[in-house]
Amino acid sequence: MTTVAVKPATMGQALGRALRDAMADDPSVHVLGEDVGTLGGVFRVTDGLAKEFGDDRCTDTPLAEAGILGTAVGMAMYGLRPVVEMQFDAFAYPAFEQLISHVARMRNRTRGGMSLPITIRVPYGGGIGGVEHHSDSSEAYYMATPGLHVVTPATVADAYGLLRASIASDDPVVFLEPKRLYWSKADWNPDAPASVEPIGKAVVRRAGRSATLITYGPSVPVCLEAAEAARAEGWDLEVVDLRSLVPFDDETVTASVRRTGRAVVVHESGGFGGPGGEIAARVTERCFHHLEAPVLRVAGFDIPYPPPMLERHHLPGVDRILDAVARLQWEAES
Amino acid sequence: MTVMEQRGAYRPAPPPAWQLRTDPAPLLPDAEPYRVLGTDAARKADQELLLRLHGELVRGRRYNTQATALTKQGRLAVYPSSTGQEACEIAAALALREQDWLFPSYRDTLAAVARGLDPVAALTLLRGDWHTGYDPREYRIAPLCTPLATQLPHAVGLAHAARLKGDDVVALAMVGDGGTSEGDFHEALNFAAVWQAPVVFLVQNNGFAISVPLAKQTAAPSLAHKAVGYGMPGRLVDGNDAVAVHEVLSEAVRHAREGGGPTLIEAVTYRMEAHTNADDATRYRKDADVEAWQDHDPILLVERELTERGLLDDDRRRAVREDAEAMAADLRARMNEDPALDPMDLFTHVYAEQTGQLREQAAQLRAELDAENEPDGAGR
Ligand SMILES: Cc1ncc(C[n+]2csc(CCOP(=O)(O)OP(=O)(O)O)c2C)c(N)n1
Repeated sequence: MTTVAVKPATMGQALGRALRDAMADDPSVHVLGEDVGTLGGVFRVTDGLAKEFGDDRCTDTPLAEAGILGTAVGMAMYGLRPVVEMQFDAFAYPAFEQLISHVARMRNRTRGGMSLPITIRVPYGGGIGGVEHHSDSSEAYYMATPGLHVVTPATVADAYGLLRASIASDDPVVFLEPKRLYWSKADWNPDAPASVEPIGKAVVRRAGRSATLITYGPSVPVCLEAAEAARAEGWDLEVVDLRSLVPFDDETVTASVRRTGRAVVVHESGGFGGPGGEIAARVTERCFHHLEAPVLRVAGFDIPYPPPMLERHHLPGVDRILDAVARLQWEAES
Repeated sequence: MTVMEQRGAYRPAPPPAWQLRTDPAPLLPDAEPYRVLGTDAARKADQELLLRLHGELVRGRRYNTQATALTKQGRLAVYPSSTGQEACEIAAALALREQDWLFPSYRDTLAAVARGLDPVAALTLLRGDWHTGYDPREYRIAPLCTPLATQLPHAVGLAHAARLKGDDVVALAMVGDGGTSEGDFHEALNFAAVWQAPVVFLVQNNGFAISVPLAKQTAAPSLAHKAVGYGMPGRLVDGNDAVAVHEVLSEAVRHAREGGGPTLIEAVTYRMEAHTNADDATRYRKDADVEAWQDHDPILLVERELTERGLLDDDRRRAVREDAEAMAADLRARMNEDPALDPMDLFTHVYAEQTGQLREQAAQLRAELDAENEPDGAGR
């Protein structure tokens, strides 16, 4: 039996490794974006790819998001698998026209004749003290567009597995990378990475009996922390990490809420018109008779992302989650 | 002394980027659009090509009138006619080889048909039975594109990918004068020039973007001049002169195929009909302006040359007209058949593998359809 060298690795390293392995396995995988070549990306996720695979496989493009995604469409039409990097969440907006009008619907408009296997990597979310336009949670926009898959990892192993699965997908995938987890570490073996997770499966990160926290991406560690803290108050919280927002894993979520009878959806994007509303509605529709309290949401405020010195007041933290959990005693109180 | 006058006192070593990389002079378009028909050069035009262009132009014109008639019968939701612009569409498409790709806009059905696309498939988008009526890979024609200029970066990406794979492929990307104001036009040209992608951009300047004349669209000397800023050649051609269009396009395609990079071509033409059948062109232009272009009709220009050379007698005219009529009759007959649509297709082509959400919604529609089809379910 060979022993595997398990070492601490960051999420950023796991993402880079996923890109590298995908490029090595499949010559049609091409990485393109701003500063992805020589610099290795502003978060260094693409570090070393240009050196190993050459400028034609890992390309520094002109500074133009619509151009990056638009040319990726043409590349995919010719049989390549482009992986594009949007430098920051709010800088992906110039590419929305291409994303929504073409990437998301090419399969549909050609009646299945032509699909676009493009992976769009978007660093998203706050908590890193970024200035304006560097901290948006844009997942609701992507979720609202049929034809796209929307996934987001919360662990080092998932970062690798989900990115490999996204690149292998024959459909376009918006791959949201929680910025503040780039430097999160876990013991991980880069030479024998965990098997590729299928897209669309949620996972129970922590089993519990008294309520379910439904969350994803950057809020997963916060929820796990909240679950630990809640033990002191007699709550045994289950934490479900969605991993994939589209497709949505109703099965795992529903099974969990039916077990616990109570649910809180946690995310840092704004609550109004946000993912939590959709999730709460789905849970309510499927679990109404099992619910002992309304499904609650803990979300960011409905404000433009705040300046760094105020962001801690905006981001859902452990206390806000625990307050919501306390409100789940609604039935007893009323 | 002003600050401007003081310049020169401080002289840092210029960074290399300050040095001109490309001599702009060879990139600049000529002041006048390139013409062949009606000049002495026309005598040298290939006889076969002239006859072929003539036949295709007459077919194209007939296609336009037939499709417009189909809108009046409610068979097409809308049709943007390219009457007057047939030379740009057809002569450009004929400059491509089989392995090349065409990236058309919504107005470019004739280019697609000239490239071999089934005339009915080209109208699927406009009829409304599906968004694209053909498999793009089969014809190497991207779906007719409705959002302006967004197909241009696709052309660049495809041409770039083909070159990376070592394939001998050129992409022809078509756009209107209004479309040149869109950001995607800029981004596509810039990418193409930086990557030296084998792309030819063809702007059909037909004078208007719906109602807005070119003077309100751009302050550039010509649309072809825009090429210089990207570092690619700009070319102006008479878009009603099919031979000139074919020559200029063929040269640009050859240049691209040989690794010379992209070219921006502006074809100066005129839209003889309204923007679409739904538009009222009398609001923004005078009949006299339209009439002035009638003497410069693309079919007329070719016919003059053919007649002068003794290549167009009554028999030939009749044969060409009969061929166009046969095409129109076939188009009419097939468009008058009701397309067979399967509503379940709504869910079939969203993802490679249907999501749980879509499976549920498909089941809902299935049940609704079954209820409709039950003998006593009609009133439901
Ligand atoms: C992005 C976008 N904005 C607006 C429109 C609506 N629209 C359709 S055609 C048109 C005018 C286009 O003019 P031009 O590019 O000159 O092409 P032409 O119609 O003359 O062939 C407009 C504004 C559109 N299709 N796409």
